[in-house]
Amino acid sequence: MPTLVKRLLAAIVIVLLLVVINQYMSKEGLFGFGVPSYYARLIVLAGINIILAVSLNLITGFTGQFSIGHAGFMAVGAYSSAYLTVYYAQAWERSLGGIVGNSVAHALIFLLAILVGAIVAALAGLIVGIPSLRLRGDYLAIVTLGFAEIIRIVILNIDSVGGATGFTVPGYANFLWVYAFAIITIVIVYNIVHSDVGRALVSIREDELAAEAMGINTTRYKVLAFVISSALAGMAGVLAAHYLSFLSTNDFQFIRSFEIIIMIVLGGMGSLTGAVLGAIVITFLPELLRTLGTRLESLLSSMIGANNIPAPVHRFLIDLANYRLVIFAALLILIMLTRPQGILGTREFGLSWLKRARRRPEGDKPVGSGGVPVAEQTPPSAIDRAKEVKNQ
Amino acid sequence: MDTFVQQLINGLTIGAIYALIALGYTMVYGILRLINFAHGDIYMVGAFVGYFLAFQLGFVTGPSLVGLSVVLIGSMIVAALVGMAIERFAYRPIRKYARMTTLITAIGVSLLIENLFVARLGAAPRAFPQLLREQSYTLFGNAAISKSQILIFAVSVALMVLLQWVIFKTKVGTAMRAVSFNLNSAKLMGINTDFIISFTFALGSALAAAGGVLTAQYNPQIDPLMGIITGLKAFVAAVLGGIGNIPGAVLGGLLIGIAETFVVGYGQNVGVPTTFRDAVAFAILILVLLFRPTGLLGSTVREKV
Repeated sequence: MPTLVKRLLAAIVIVLLLVVINQYMSKEGLFGFGVPSYYARLIVLAGINIILAVSLNLITGFTGQFSIGHAGFMAVGAYSSAYLTVYYAQAWERSLGGIVGNSVAHALIFLLAILVGAIVAALAGLIVGIPSLRLRGDYLAIVTLGFAEIIRIVILNIDSVGGATGFTVPGYANFLWVYAFAIITIVIVYNIVHSDVGRALVSIREDELAAEAMGINTTRYKVLAFVISSALAGMAGVLAAHYLSFLSTNDFQFIRSFEIIIMIVLGGMGSLTGAVLGAIVITFLPELLRTLGTRLESLLSSMIGANNIPAPVHRFLIDLANYRLVIFAALLILIMLTRPQGILGTREFGLSWLKRARRRPEGDKPVGSGGVPVAEQTPPSAIDRAKEVKNQ
Repeated sequence: MDTFVQQLINGLTIGAIYALIALGYTMVYGILRLINFAHGDIYMVGAFVGYFLAFQLGFVTGPSLVGLSVVLIGSMIVAALVGMAIERFAYRPIRKYARMTTLITAIGVSLLIENLFVARLGAAPRAFPQLLREQSYTLFGNAAISKSQILIFAVSVALMVLLQWVIFKTKVGTAMRAVSFNLNSAKLMGINTDFIISFTFALGSALAAAGGVLTAQYNPQIDPLMGIITGLKAFVAAVLGGIGNIPGAVLGGLLIGIAETFVVGYGQNVGVPTTFRDAVAFAILILVLLFRPTGLLGSTVREKV
């Protein structure tokens, strides 16, 4: 089986590459070179956000079901796995370490924690999904938001996971773990989207009634997408918990869910590469804005001399750091006003895309219903037109 | 029994505030099908405008009814202008786009207002000046009702009656109902839909600002992030009552207010911690939506192909 061999080779190359980069990103560095810990941390957080954005894209971008509860499933994964690693992992690791060696035992235990986090989050997704997915549009959105808030408040009241004071967790995760699972997430979602299940999901997004009429069990597929999406979010939660080494329910407020939605809308809903791009932009942009003022100031002083900068300009540049979130919000609105379909729309970024972009210089297309560029929608049939009239 | 009446009064007070804010959510949703996430922040802006008006106009020296009315009406007017500006510059250009785009824009506006206020004024809470000489009256034995609670009931009932009159007895109200029924047909009938939408935002924002000033009288602590949770609960109230439905918003607001105070008051007797205060609104919402997917008073729209 040559394709299998090819894929295995690719996997091995990717893992080796990740191991090398992981060493480069670690405190010790690679041959004395290393990334400053501030940037290393941001890069890892971007990886966690990639998992979250790609997984939310499955339910919101491809299936068209609007969920604002992703942070809740992330919390479920984070706390359930943290409970395991805090209360049981050490004992298990010691007894297992005698058999297979300490580092292997360490990795196995964390793998188990990730599995547990994903399964518990999937169960939560199932419990939330079955009743909620009867609802549509904004009602579904508000119910998922409600479930996420309830999950958060329930966790807040469990004393064995720290309650309001927070929960200290062993730091198992690093760059390697996070990006290995980010790649796994992307592969899983890519394979789902490009299978018959994926076509069913997209048909639900395009027109739920028509999908049902074509014999697609819409409820089943919606719940399936929701459960997979929750499991992946739970996985991201496990990684975040064991990378940050500290859990607080404040980190899982609905604003966190909004953040993930912003990532996929910004990148382009229904685009995998778009979700990745959105996650990276949303992770780095606020941090870039934090240092924008001092950067501009040093640039200006190198051009005209530090003493020649007028006082109000100086004060403005110093102030800029305080306004970073204001600028962030303003940029968000501006992007939505100028590019409502997101950076990539429903397209995927790749080499073929670059070639096509050169052939089609007009670029932007107006967006029709469901975030789909008008040009990609088929012209309305007589049935569509009749439906529009009836709906009015 | 006394504590029950007391809890009921306290619950209705909070519920009346939720109802005032929920009206804005429900009106905007009714017309544009847009969840205006910035609406909770308008409530906060209202409270802050009231705060600065009270200081600028010198009403902080002592309680006065004139001062209170000026502050209340002034903040309602300013908030109405802010609401119209948000609609004009953020929502109007994207009205035609996909739902998700408008939603993200609404979240963006909300973040913008919150962070602008935090950056300008700091996140620390401020004490709102007392414009009403606080006094308690005894009702039914041991239950007490304070002057600020009476104020909240009186003003919110007056505003709701006024709103009802505007919507059902005036020409602009008829136009509002027409636009919410069908925007395009309303346009064909010669209604200036842009003006009506703008007017709806002004009305909703004024009500939210009134809610902000009234809350600040009842609980004199305001901060730039006070609108997040309150706004969210008011939105839940609007959905609970049936979004787009005006009596529904009032009903939903009162229900959630009462449920919340009952959780705080009686929850511990049945093993529910007081922190579930913030969860009960969502729990009620989920239960109701499971059985009535369009809310308590919402009408069912059958989907046809």
